[in-house]
Amino acid sequence: MPYPPELKDLIKAVEKTRPERVARKKRGEEFPSMSLQEREEILRYHPDYREEGRRALAVGPNKGYRVAHEFADILEARSRVDPDVVDLSAVDIETDILIIGGGGAGTAAALLADEHGAKVVMATKLRHGDANTMMAEGGIQAATKIEKDSPYDHYLDAMGGGHFKCSPELVYTLVTQAPDVIQWLENLGVMFSKFPDGRLQSIHGGGTSRKRMHYCGDITGTEIMRTIRDEARNRENIMVIEYAPAVELILNEHGHCAGALLYNLETEEYFIVKARATILAAGGCGRLHVQGFMTTNHYGATADGLVLGYRAGVEVCLLHTVQYHPTGVVFPEQAEGILITEKFRGAGANVLNIEGNQFINEREPRDVESAACIRECLVRGLGVPTPTGRLGVWLDSPMIDILSGEGTVTREFPGKFILFKRYGIDISREPMLVYPTLHYQNGGLKINSACETSVPGLFACGEVTGGIHGENRLMGNSLLDVMVFGRIAGENAAAYAKESARDGRLTLDHVTAYHEELDSAGIKTGRVAPVLLPDYTDPQVRKRQLTSHYIGTLR
Amino acid sequence: MSRKREETLKNSKPSETMSNEIKARSVPVKMIPIFVMGRRYEVPETLTIMKAMEYAGFQFIRGCGCRGGICGACPTVYRKAGDYKLYTGLACQTVVEPNMYLTQIPFYPANRSVYNFANLEPDHEEIFKLYPELFRCVACNACTKVCPMDVEVMDMVSALKQGNITRAADLSFSCIQCGLCASRCMGELPQYHIAQLARRVYGSKIAPRAGHLNEAVEAIKEGKYEEYLRNLVNIGDEELRKLYQEREMEPEMAGEDWVPAKAK
Repeated sequence: MPYPPELKDLIKAVEKTRPERVARKKRGEEFPSMSLQEREEILRYHPDYREEGRRALAVGPNKGYRVAHEFADILEARSRVDPDVVDLSAVDIETDILIIGGGGAGTAAALLADEHGAKVVMATKLRHGDANTMMAEGGIQAATKIEKDSPYDHYLDAMGGGHFKCSPELVYTLVTQAPDVIQWLENLGVMFSKFPDGRLQSIHGGGTSRKRMHYCGDITGTEIMRTIRDEARNRENIMVIEYAPAVELILNEHGHCAGALLYNLETEEYFIVKARATILAAGGCGRLHVQGFMTTNHYGATADGLVLGYRAGVEVCLLHTVQYHPTGVVFPEQAEGILITEKFRGAGANVLNIEGNQFINEREPRDVESAACIRECLVRGLGVPTPTGRLGVWLDSPMIDILSGEGTVTREFPGKFILFKRYGIDISREPMLVYPTLHYQNGGLKINSACETSVPGLFACGEVTGGIHGENRLMGNSLLDVMVFGRIAGENAAAYAKESARDGRLTLDHVTAYHEELDSAGIKTGRVAPVLLPDYTDPQVRKRQLTSHYIGTLR
Repeated sequence: MSRKREETLKNSKPSETMSNEIKARSVPVKMIPIFVMGRRYEVPETLTIMKAMEYAGFQFIRGCGCRGGICGACPTVYRKAGDYKLYTGLACQTVVEPNMYLTQIPFYPANRSVYNFANLEPDHEEIFKLYPELFRCVACNACTKVCPMDVEVMDMVSALKQGNITRAADLSFSCIQCGLCASRCMGELPQYHIAQLARRVYGSKIAPRAGHLNEAVEAIKEGKYEEYLRNLVNIGDEELRKLYQEREMEPEMAGEDWVPAKAK
């Protein structure tokens, strides 16, 4: 769907201000950055700061903690199964390590666990690799150029970006392991974008003080994910079970985690996996559409891991914040919510209002940038209206070719170039229309720097965890997070399985207790969690889906 | 704030006030017929195949992934009424057309060889050994025609046959491993698995390595930053904020040779 005449008219305002903006950029003049005070001021327009959008949790280890209704809804929900009918004596699979989730963190964990001699079962809801990792575009941060950069600088950037709410130990681990992770990936064959002599290319991201964002074209996550997945497929001791989400963790009589109950999405059977250690790497929450936002996330991102961990007694932290990526597609509607990587701004594209004017420095942290876009559209009335009744701001991608030479956009952003070309929009000639889109679950299950949770035998890594990114993650720190902490979880779970795991009678008593807690909190609900799959059925069709009893596999 | 905007904000439900929807969709949507595996459904003409199927009542288990055109879960084959030609596309990216006959091919049973990557030599003969079917290619170009990512699949196969791993890696970089190429291949090649191997061999064993990586890894191992970092971990919030505000910023347009005034 090319731009209709109304939008083409509005693009003229962008074209009019472009020569002057390009000239400023060339002179090195940037739109002024905000002070910490100014940032706090503008964050009032960020969805995280809307009290109506949240409520206090009525049950569980974080009872009283205010989180978005969408999180509260899944945490205040019942199990998919009646724990009393599950026969825990009939174990279907026994293994050293069970990994729940087949994305970046889970796969990195599987590789390291295997290398440390453990037998691994990896259960994934969809296909192996179907995860937000696959969709990460912009890059992966690491201080690899020590003549100008260091873990020290990386630490400060991450802390400041996260509003100084990050866990210091987790950030310390993140930044000191970063170069090692890049080297590991290079060894495995990840095709990083490089200079002819092999030096890694690197650029800025929002909130970075050094250009330390490494990348593989504009499909960094895909390249990393497909490479480590390929490696996992070569390993004899990694068994992958696809279309098998975990629906409950199983504990044992000592209160240790001892595996999980898996669900075959296709045959609707449940299976018991007994494991000496379990790694929860079930990813994020975008498909919950927190506060009604569109999302960049994968189809499977329904925060299942949060539910599993929380019911088993693991605290959550920093879940009151969710990241909205400032630049998600609003037009054409078919591509709605799709991420336009921050790299476009790093490469020089301005963010503009309907008058073609800048209103924010393009390299502010994501929450600040998003809040500014929301204010421009909803408060100042300077948003660009789309034919389907939405608002957006311009992202002036044609500037990139002007600044860095003809062909830069097609070379550096092949994925997005093709995407828009399909709809008849040439992003090296025409700007993109964007709006903040739900992107990342900043908070999650509490872990320490060894990826241990409060439940012995239960490890967690990746987007399901909280603390690494504080209240706001910087670009390029999540691909890094899944690799760093995935590897740590894999290694430590293998050691735990070998040395510390204690056998014992399996139980789902924690689920029964959770149901009782819901009852005594007066929560009478038909809600069931984990959600597993989002539902986008048209309401009219939904009305005709009248089945009231389940018979066999008929839903 | 414009008056209209103010009204919209006032009238909208609390949960929507920060979303960017400014008006309910009052424009009537034109409905068109599509045929999902032969059965007719009426769907809004603006939707992608994926959203149209969901609109019609399908809840995907297979055939749906990232919804952003990068994971390869939703390859779809379709024909249009009165047209013999087979078209392909990703369900999450392709907009429906009237009287489109479609089916998804969410999985294709292609052969994948197992190998010990660490011990592999950067030699095309190794790839030939793992995938001898490479030489069954009859150069019909069906793979390239079917590719939803516009990868020159057949050229990639030819490059490999000529021993040019670098070119094969480069040509296949946009591959999303949806498997449509394999589904149409007369020679029964698993192009997307072969290309994956070529890219890994190139990335790890042919492309020049990043020398500076090792320097960074060693510097950290030797504890060069330990004292500074430990200090950061332990200092108070206020001091940390001060250091953050005082960071020296690498200029946007700086070249690779830029160094800060004071390096840590």
